[in-house]
Amino acid sequence: MEHHAGSLRVNLPNKVVDPKTAGDLFHRYYDEWKMADELGYNIMVNEHHQTATCMSSTVIVGLSVLARETKNARILVLGYPIGHRPDPLRCAEELATIDVVSRGRLDMGFIKGVPYEFPASNQNPVGVMDRFWEAHDFILKAMTSHDAPFNWEGEYFHYRQVNIWPRPVQQPHPPVWTTTGNKAQARLLGEKGYVMATLGSGYGTRPLYDAYRAGYLAKWKKPAPADRVAYLVWSRSRITRPRRAAVASWSPGTCAHRRSCTCRSAIRRASSPSTTTRACFAARARRAASPRTAALSTCTTAACRT
Amino acid sequence: MLTELAKGGRVIAPSHPGFGTSQLPKGMTTVDDVSYFYLDLLETLDLRDVLVVGVGLGGWLAAEIAVKDSSRLSRLVMANAVGVKIGDRETRDIVDIWALMPDEFNALAYFDPKAGEHDYKNLPEAESLAAARNREAYARIAWSPYMHNPKLKNRLHRIKLPTLFLWGTADRILSETYGRGYCGLIAGAKFEPIEKAGHFPHIEQPAEFARRVLAFADTGATPIARAKRA
Repeated sequence: MEHHAGSLRVNLPNKVVDPKTAGDLFHRYYDEWKMADELGYNIMVNEHHQTATCMSSTVIVGLSVLARETKNARILVLGYPIGHRPDPLRCAEELATIDVVSRGRLDMGFIKGVPYEFPASNQNPVGVMDRFWEAHDFILKAMTSHDAPFNWEGEYFHYRQVNIWPRPVQQPHPPVWTTTGNKAQARLLGEKGYVMATLGSGYGTRPLYDAYRAGYLAKWKKPAPADRVAYLVWSRSRITRPRRAAVASWSPGTCAHRRSCTCRSAIRRASSPSTTTRACFAARARRAASPRTAALSTCTTAACRT
Repeated sequence: MLTELAKGGRVIAPSHPGFGTSQLPKGMTTVDDVSYFYLDLLETLDLRDVLVVGVGLGGWLAAEIAVKDSSRLSRLVMANAVGVKIGDRETRDIVDIWALMPDEFNALAYFDPKAGEHDYKNLPEAESLAAARNREAYARIAWSPYMHNPKLKNRLHRIKLPTLFLWGTADRILSETYGRGYCGLIAGAKFEPIEKAGHFPHIEQPAEFARRVLAFADTGATPIARAKRA
């Protein structure tokens, strides 16, 4: 294609994505998530818009697939950009339904969204915090009101008969997560008892955690449990090109292996010479500190050494 | 430009609520809202026979004021004004200024882009704070529908004041087609190009801009009486 003078985000024209390839990728990742569930991992999904860097443009599709295809994993959305969505009632209905279909495995993350994604929703960046909190208040009220339809005439949203069916499994509502980089917000989140996640915050993390813990202690009169804070990183895995291609061809319930590998799993000859196998993942997971630390430790199986 | 203008009469140059150092009152979220503030101001200062000059967003405001109550107004000058939609739903009439880097904006908005350059890093803090607040307040009131009030076009027939559209011809944020289309919506409005100026003709051609405004004040069946000028 002709030279693109812009970014990977927002204005990279969508003619450059092949929908069939996109479909292949989505199915690969859904397969990998299913595998992660089988191996004892919890799973997180998120969304971005109008970008080559992440084609999951709606968390709800991913959450829906996971609600049905996984059995044990907690499913965290981090997050649903509720400050961007024009209709928080729809958000409440979607999330409640996912909680019901997943049998109560939803962890509900609300976020404000990153600056370069305002073009996609056309929401005003000025005032997004106010929109976010009104949407948050509304969604929680929709999930916890059970006696009669309620009225809502707020600054940003108006509804006259709110009575969501189904209502969520988890009581009073799925656990709430959110993100922040701001100490005042961190303290507020501690007071609310929400899980606070920070993204790549490095040395700035400690002040945020301290603010959170101060808020939590002030409100709940006890120290914040360790699971109230979370840290997000990007990590690079050192999977070589042949293995990357082979992972794409893995399918659930089977294991494709190099013939010389000694792992004793059900095997099926893969099209490429070396593969990362289900058993290999399992071996790595066992060697990791716990199934939930997604560490790619060095596999001792000779054929699969990375 | 204001200094030049003041040679011809009393000039009141208010800073909009939310701009500069003032607060945008809660509940004031649209240009339509802000127009009521100015109607209040006209009453509070008991102003009469006012010639309203609006540039860009100011033009939009001037129109919103005038369609509601022109009783204290005598003339309208609309310079490179925004506020209505002329094109169809898929045509962007006004360049998306919030999708531009400053240098891209200056290239489109000014006859001489250097006129738009600001050394934000080295401005006194009060000035850079004001610049940031201006940008935020502008976004709050003009974000969507983008730079216009869909209702305004249907109300412009209410303006019966002598109206002049001044148009910096180098403006590539708005087109001259847009300006002439807007002008055509106000009965009797005249369209006058200003050369060597873009979207901010009062900045790039201050003396000429002031001369045209004062000349407009003096023309017509009832020129604004000198006695009413300070």
